[in-house]
Amino acid sequence: MGGLQKKKYESGSATNYISRNKARKKLSLSLADFRRLCILKGIYPHEPKHKKKVNKGSTAQRTFYLLKDIRFLMHEPIVGKFREYKIFVRKLRKAYGKAEWGTAEKLRGNKPGYKLDHIIKERYPTFIDALRDVDDALSMCFLFSTFPRTGKCHVQTIELCRRLSVEWMNYIITLRSLRKVFLSIKGIYYQAEVLGQIITWLVPYQFAHDHPTDVDYRVMATFTELYTTLLGFINFRLYQTLNLVYPPKVTHSQPAVMLHFDLLSDYLTSALLPFLPPRFAEPRWPPVPRPGGLQEDGEKLAERLKARQDQDRQEKLFEGLKFFLNREVPRESLAFVLRCFGAQVSWDKSLCIGSTYDVTDETITHHVVDRPSLEKQYINRYYVQPQWVYDCVNARMLLPVEDYFVGVTLPPHLSPFVEEKEGDYVPPEKLKLLALQKGERPEQEEEEEEEDNDDSEEEEDEDQSDDEDELKGMEEKQALGKASSVKVTPGEAKPVNRQRAEQEAKAEEKRLAVMMMKKRDKYLYDKIMFGKKRSVREANKMSAKRKALDEASKANKKKKLKK
Amino acid sequence: CCGLLAALSLHITFSLSLSLSLSLSLSLSLSLSLSLAFCSQDIRNTVGNIPMEWYKDYPHIGYDLDGKKIFKPIRNKDELDEFLDKMENPDYWRTIHDKMTGTDVCLSDEQVDLVHRLQQGKFGDVNFNEYEPAIDFFSNEVMIHPVTNRPADKRSFIPSLIEKEKVGKLVHAIKMGWIKPRRPKETAPQYYDLWAKEDPNAILGRHKMHIPAPKMRLPGHEESYNPPPEYLLTDEERQVWEQQDPDERKLSFLPQKYLSLRAVPAFSRFIQERFERCLDLYLCPRQRKMRVNVNPEDLIPKLPRPRDLQPFPTLQSLVYHGHSSLIRSISISPSGQWLVSGSDDCTVRFWEVCTTRCLKTMEVGGPVKSVAWNPAPSISLVAVSYGENVILVNPGLGDRLICSATDQLISSYEEPEEVKDQQVQWAVPEGKAQEQGQRLILTHPKAVKQVSWHGRGDYLACVMPDDGSSLQVVIHQVSRRRTQNPFHRNKGAVQCVSFHPSRPYFLVATQRYVRVYNLIKQELTKKLMANCKWISSMAVHPGGDNVICGSYDCRLAWFDLDLSTKPYKVLRHHKKALRGVAYHKHYPLFASGSDDGTVIVCHGMVYNDLLQNPLIVPVKVLKGHIITHDLGVLDVAFHPTQPWVFSSGADGTVRLFT
Repeated sequence: MGGLQKKKYESGSATNYISRNKARKKLSLSLADFRRLCILKGIYPHEPKHKKKVNKGSTAQRTFYLLKDIRFLMHEPIVGKFREYKIFVRKLRKAYGKAEWGTAEKLRGNKPGYKLDHIIKERYPTFIDALRDVDDALSMCFLFSTFPRTGKCHVQTIELCRRLSVEWMNYIITLRSLRKVFLSIKGIYYQAEVLGQIITWLVPYQFAHDHPTDVDYRVMATFTELYTTLLGFINFRLYQTLNLVYPPKVTHSQPAVMLHFDLLSDYLTSALLPFLPPRFAEPRWPPVPRPGGLQEDGEKLAERLKARQDQDRQEKLFEGLKFFLNREVPRESLAFVLRCFGAQVSWDKSLCIGSTYDVTDETITHHVVDRPSLEKQYINRYYVQPQWVYDCVNARMLLPVEDYFVGVTLPPHLSPFVEEKEGDYVPPEKLKLLALQKGERPEQEEEEEEEDNDDSEEEEDEDQSDDEDELKGMEEKQALGKASSVKVTPGEAKPVNRQRAEQEAKAEEKRLAVMMMKKRDKYLYDKIMFGKKRSVREANKMSAKRKALDEASKANKKKKLKK
Repeated sequence: CCGLLAALSLHITFSLSLSLSLSLSLSLSLSLSLSLAFCSQDIRNTVGNIPMEWYKDYPHIGYDLDGKKIFKPIRNKDELDEFLDKMENPDYWRTIHDKMTGTDVCLSDEQVDLVHRLQQGKFGDVNFNEYEPAIDFFSNEVMIHPVTNRPADKRSFIPSLIEKEKVGKLVHAIKMGWIKPRRPKETAPQYYDLWAKEDPNAILGRHKMHIPAPKMRLPGHEESYNPPPEYLLTDEERQVWEQQDPDERKLSFLPQKYLSLRAVPAFSRFIQERFERCLDLYLCPRQRKMRVNVNPEDLIPKLPRPRDLQPFPTLQSLVYHGHSSLIRSISISPSGQWLVSGSDDCTVRFWEVCTTRCLKTMEVGGPVKSVAWNPAPSISLVAVSYGENVILVNPGLGDRLICSATDQLISSYEEPEEVKDQQVQWAVPEGKAQEQGQRLILTHPKAVKQVSWHGRGDYLACVMPDDGSSLQVVIHQVSRRRTQNPFHRNKGAVQCVSFHPSRPYFLVATQRYVRVYNLIKQELTKKLMANCKWISSMAVHPGGDNVICGSYDCRLAWFDLDLSTKPYKVLRHHKKALRGVAYHKHYPLFASGSDDGTVIVCHGMVYNDLLQNPLIVPVKVLKGHIITHDLGVLDVAFHPTQPWVFSSGADGTVRLFT
């Protein structure tokens, strides 16, 4: 008794969520502005647990936001700025319509703008948070920096993106924090470790973009706006840790040359010229505080030391080597990667400014070439294909150059991001690489010999089996002939394989136990086992495919040899 | 020769450019000057500035000052003449066609000069000097005489009303805030140390709630520009990939192999992928999904090892061949020495257990549905049901004394004085049947599916399944040759019945329930819910506390009669329908046979301590029967003393597992 009757949808989850349209109305923003606000503030929709309850009984498709998120948006000063801008546009349009040029000029002078600093600070309260989220920002900036300077977006944005990305690359070069590089069909993936954060970004190949029509560039532009701000602040902070002025001032020894290039190529040059002082001797991050007691320390410390040593060795991978880039190789990427590992790089003078030595330099150790043959070759240098550089970086060691000579069919380029777990398929090249890293030398000739041996053995086996077949046939014949006479022959004791019997017993025990599982557990167990079996199946499929391909290629080789 | 040609070509180009520029820019002025030049003839056209193609189809080209037609000059120049003219006439380059008069005019040197000057943007007049020295009229030097002697206007010393009005308006606008001063330019740097003061308290609750966007998936080997060959798709895989919906594809791109880095093209979907990522970032609902990180070994329950639960049958040791069709039912003699089996080939066979020898074959008039050996050790009787008949057979095996005693027992029957009218006819066979061992034939009104003896061996229950009928179960008393129908009404189709081994209970299994009746009190004691769709078989533990039911929906329900009417445990071990279940008399074992051709032996231990849960563990899966016509094992039975299990199958064999 007593109390008011409770109404439906007035408490609980129905009041915690708000649909997108309602949220938009509550903020009195247009859809485009609402979208922009969500992008800038990092508000994303939520999937309620009971959609029908939240939707007040309807099952229509709706996007839901948390009401708290929308309330939080209401206090955002940038909403006011959006409105101001809207008013500004309206006034300007009116002034133009009335041909009041003076008013229009005055309005333009007071064009409202907004800053995103506070949003960045709010979204990323600490610097590490910001670094953790910089992956997408980098990929986007690198993409925008390759856009043409016409249409699609503002030239200033493109130039800013270019500047920021170049600054970032310079930081990576200076601290030599690049870890992995991967040439994919989409672009080049780079992975760096900055202040203990693993950061991966993707750079498209240097080609003109075929601008798709099904992409909303306004959304991309809004993201870029946020990302450039974020990356700018991050760069500032990173440069500050190196005691450097930000934005960096480019000083070039040849001002005459500089005159002919605009700001952009100016930065492009600076990307390839280390304008920052060389590496700092001080440790790049504070030593990690030791958790736990002394017993733990022993192993962990050793591990950490080893990792550190490995890393140091990797960072000095190309130290002392002198590279020359031929004109057809991706210059910027190679220069970036090589400089990250301490190499000296140069290219043809006519190609781009920043070349420090000529082709004729006798001290060049490696010449990176990506064409089937080269006419004039110097004796005292290796001519390698660009993949060698990337593979060396991923392998953390200088690989033998023979496989990468000019005109040679390249070995497969493997992804450094794949870490094979037990049971996964491991391509044989990876196994070879692992062996190389451990210090074993591959010996191909022996392998071939062994294979030949295998063949002969197989033949022998076949012979044996043939003999057995014959014996069996004879026995059968005998049996047919003597079917009538019953004879008792001494039986032979079957050898019992104890181990196998034990294994079988164990397997059966397990099978029986599986039968006794609870329904819920059984479901989960079946799911896990299904996944395992699938992965095994896939791995088997891959290895079978590889085996077939290898055999086909071997047969081809033999044919060629015979011819 | 070459020099001449070059000069010619130069000449032509110049004349072309000249005529072009003339026709474009100077047509009006030139026509004027031209008409002046030729004023001696004065054939001025009076049509005015009109498109001359209007006169295209007329013989005349306009009208002169007197209003007479000006006729077009007779021109029969074709292209060739034109070209020859161009080549030969040295003045061709300065000849222009006057559209107004239709004549060709040769420009004089002065006229050509004029054209050049105009082209260069100079004045037409040669003598005009455009850079005359400027003379200031109004200079800073005060002259003694005023430039003008005009008296000053009145408005120059009276404050302007219009200005006042304008200023007033501006002042008002400023007061009202309509006009704002120009915003000062910002001088603060665009970027600064944003995280100079990192305040850990600034981390709001929101940030703890916030789910950071997951990072992009890192690429695998297949995305490489030069992947190992096994990662490339074969033609079939490629076809499958192309036919699949883009959302269903495992890979969003086709792996490609390029021989060198130089050959790698731009990725056409790069911008789209980045855009999709953007969409994901702001449109996708985020959720924390707890990934189950369980070792599957941990899920498997810890059971006692079957080795510790021995004895139980583990191996198939004997096979009893002989029947030509499926064996529906088997039964073991109480001594454990003999086995009887009833098959669809209309025979009943008696076997010696140890030697697999068929001692006796008895043909009956139909497929045998059920056989049951009398459990009393002092009576040697087997009940066999086929069609509507149940025959009681004395197999004459084993102790001769017992056999003769049984015969005596049956023959000593005296007909009572009042003969009751019974639904079942009792008849004594004669002749060959008698010799074979048949002692009594009971003819029922309907087909009998199952026979079941009471533990003492005097009562025999028969099941005639018929949904809803009142006559589905009858109980015969052999010694008095009397038949009772215990139930006036039966709910559902009765599947099987069983006597309780120690108490006066009678268990009747219908499709979904097992009803336990008290025969003395004549009331329903319990109704067990089997939780399955269709019960196929039932067995009662010799202790009498537990019942197991096998069902056609692959379940075996284990009941504790004292505990609940619901199954204590439902086992789904079999893959197909269960056909037979059996309890061992002494050992804590029960077995179930199924259509998947297996017999599963379970250890079912019930402890006297009520606090300890009963232990039900499968100990062995026995295989051996061959599945024929989708039927595997049809009946199972335990040896009365040994831990052996017999099973009969659709392949016409009985198998013994020890």
